[in-house]
Amino acid sequence: MSRTGPESLHLAVALDGAGWHPAAFQEPGSRTDELFTAGYWADLAREAEAGLLDFLTIEDSLGLRPWGGVTPGRNGSRSGDVQGRLDAVLTAARIAPLTSHIGIIPAAVVTHTEPFHVSTAIATLDYASEGRAGVRLRVSRDEARHFGRRADLGQHSPAVTRGTPEAQRLTARLFDEAADYAEVLRRLWDSWEDDAVIRDVPAGRFIDRGKLHYIDFEGEWFSVRGPSITPRPPQGQPVIAVLAHADVPFRLAARSADIAFVTPHGPDEAAGIITKINSHSAERTLDPVRVYADLTVFIDETPGTAAARRARLDEAAGAAYRSDTEIVAGTPTEIADLLLSWSGSPDAGLAGFRLRPGTLPYDLSGITRGLVPELQRRGVFRTSYAESDLRSRLGLDPHPANRYASSEAASA
Amino acid sequence: MSKQVILGAHFPGVNNTTVWSDPDSGSQITFSSFAHLARTAEAAKFDFFFLAEGLRLREQRGKIHDLDVVGRPNTLTVLAAVAAVTEKLGLVGTIQATYNEPYEIARQFASLDHLSGGRAGWNVVTSPDAFTGENFRRGGYLDRGDRYVRAAEFVQVTRELWESWTRDGRPDPFRIEGPNFDISGDFTLPRSPQVHPVILQAGDSDGGREFAAHSADAVFTRHAKYDDGRAFYKDVKSRLARYGRSPDSLKILPGTTFTLGDTEAEAHERARHVRRQQVSPQTAILLLEQVWNTDLSSFDPDGPLPPFDPDLESESIIQGRARQTGDALETARKWRTIAEEKNLSIRDLIIEVTGRQNFIGTPAQIAEGINKSVQDDACDGFILVPSITPAGLDEFASKVVPLLAERGAFRSEYEEGTTLRDRMGLGPARPASSWASAREENS
Repeated sequence: MSRTGPESLHLAVALDGAGWHPAAFQEPGSRTDELFTAGYWADLAREAEAGLLDFLTIEDSLGLRPWGGVTPGRNGSRSGDVQGRLDAVLTAARIAPLTSHIGIIPAAVVTHTEPFHVSTAIATLDYASEGRAGVRLRVSRDEARHFGRRADLGQHSPAVTRGTPEAQRLTARLFDEAADYAEVLRRLWDSWEDDAVIRDVPAGRFIDRGKLHYIDFEGEWFSVRGPSITPRPPQGQPVIAVLAHADVPFRLAARSADIAFVTPHGPDEAAGIITKINSHSAERTLDPVRVYADLTVFIDETPGTAAARRARLDEAAGAAYRSDTEIVAGTPTEIADLLLSWSGSPDAGLAGFRLRPGTLPYDLSGITRGLVPELQRRGVFRTSYAESDLRSRLGLDPHPANRYASSEAASA
Repeated sequence: MSKQVILGAHFPGVNNTTVWSDPDSGSQITFSSFAHLARTAEAAKFDFFFLAEGLRLREQRGKIHDLDVVGRPNTLTVLAAVAAVTEKLGLVGTIQATYNEPYEIARQFASLDHLSGGRAGWNVVTSPDAFTGENFRRGGYLDRGDRYVRAAEFVQVTRELWESWTRDGRPDPFRIEGPNFDISGDFTLPRSPQVHPVILQAGDSDGGREFAAHSADAVFTRHAKYDDGRAFYKDVKSRLARYGRSPDSLKILPGTTFTLGDTEAEAHERARHVRRQQVSPQTAILLLEQVWNTDLSSFDPDGPLPPFDPDLESESIIQGRARQTGDALETARKWRTIAEEKNLSIRDLIIEVTGRQNFIGTPAQIAEGINKSVQDDACDGFILVPSITPAGLDEFASKVVPLLAERGAFRSEYEEGTTLRDRMGLGPARPASSWASAREENS
């Protein structure tokens, strides 16, 4: 995946509720009363696919979305709807059969869940999408009371002060657990060799059990014996993504992820982040991590309109929207210029961009019907999908070798 | 009007009911197989699609069992995907309560219910074993006696979470304290179209039946035969009054196999053929080993039974599925008598004595058999278990279902509303508090 040359730009979209701005649900075009319907998500997925985006992501958490204090109801919407969330993996599965090319990467919380279940869920998503599945691993600091299990977290209210040694220690442990989790996912996906199903009628054998493998993972937080109940998924190894803002998650990205979502505010900062990630990559055996810069976008055709819309949303929210990402409001031309200036910077090393629409579905359309055609006119974005599986689109080995396959089988 | 038959379509599973050696047998895991069965069921106006679960591959004598189909999807994920290729069909899956928490399960089924427009159902299973637990961080073993206590509390907590948001769509913090669960916080979803997805339960013990009576909407049972079914039906339904429930608030749904033929003779011939496919020479030895509890791999499946008796001393050689209960010595004696009387080889004996198709006959005979079972209160419907993936239901759907509709016992269009609860005649969900108080007053 070279970052220069024709059609080289990579774009993805991050879907979340009515959009990323806390007042997005008040916009006239918002479909806030449909946030929990399949039709809403199906329409977003089809729009993203019509725009030939690399993949879409779906946010998730095991708690309510933080409430920005916006007064609800201007367009009849209910405040609660904006705080709620569907399970992202199930939402992904619901849209997978309705699309054919776009990658689908739901978030999954790893702190309270079973790696065995998430492994089979993502493998199943890979089957349902015929090779387009990934998962973003997310740690959870403040949802332990929903489970009543974790004394190590239950002690800590959400208010463990950020930056204190106690909070840092907790964070490091949560991310170490996430690394173990990723290891279990990957081992379980490999626990069946691709040709394990033999259907040998004379011998009466459905599988060659020599091609199924115990993973025997033993760690501090869980031990998992394996093999998976689900055969190796179409991509072999579905894609693992991580959102990373600091050194501890950078290390997780370097150890365990295929994709890192990062939040630089310019090309120089992006380059610095990539250097930091790479500094943790000494023992990495995976293909190099693909780094996507997250940007929050407001897009309108007419100059000044997007900025005015953003200001209107901020006013409705009672405060300027603050994000971990750079926020850009502009025309397709302006945003295309910005993306190219970042990605064209030879030191940045960005694989692409994950755009967070300020409002949905409006700013998604801005991406697919405004920004994408602009990039196509400039010859830097695909005009049709070349690959049908996600790993190929990312330039990863399309079907990585199985860690458990004997060398004899691997060379056959 | 006749009592209406409820029909479910069971995706073929991983025991030897499923024939994989047949040329028509397709993939057990590709999505198109699930889509095919679901679309067939929906075209025939079935009530629901059903998917079982097993969370560790079976083993026998310490090795992964390789004679039957191996490999399945994640239940909830595949149901969510099937929701995309169907519009009216219920989506029911088995999920082990043991290796999950109420918050996750409640959220996943509520999500499925939202994403399917009210078509979700959960078959609650609570059979923890240390063997399966090795795949999970919460692999804790429970005594059999505690199972249904925890299960009832689990389902109760789940129901409370499902209705924790207010009716007008605002999150309302929950606080639930019980012997097994002590949780608090906020649920992430508003009430789903059914509010409570349909709850099925499959346990057959006294505790399981009582659990069905105080906590479930339907029972998935193996009592498919007419007389057996009538006794089971009477027993389970008689338990409902204690909890203030009417007999039709709990549906009895046996799983059943079937073999069709244009004539009765052809059906029996096909049934014999399927039986031989289901009991391969290797499977015959394996099933014999499950009674004898010892290695019989040196025996000829076409030869006579072992001259010695079963091993009662050693640990069970089977793991990862329900253990055969009953007296192995008695079973062996019975089998030996049958084999000697009829001069049967090991394989022929196993074909003779292990599970066979329940309904064998012409479409008219099978329709009549199903209808009679339902009208005479041997059950409220059936969960059909085809032997071939994915097309094993096609013939039943096209030939038997129309005859049930002609008899006025089955819908010819989906007309009862939009949710699975509507479809099954269950009515609106009862509030969680009503389930809890009825159960607590009577236990």
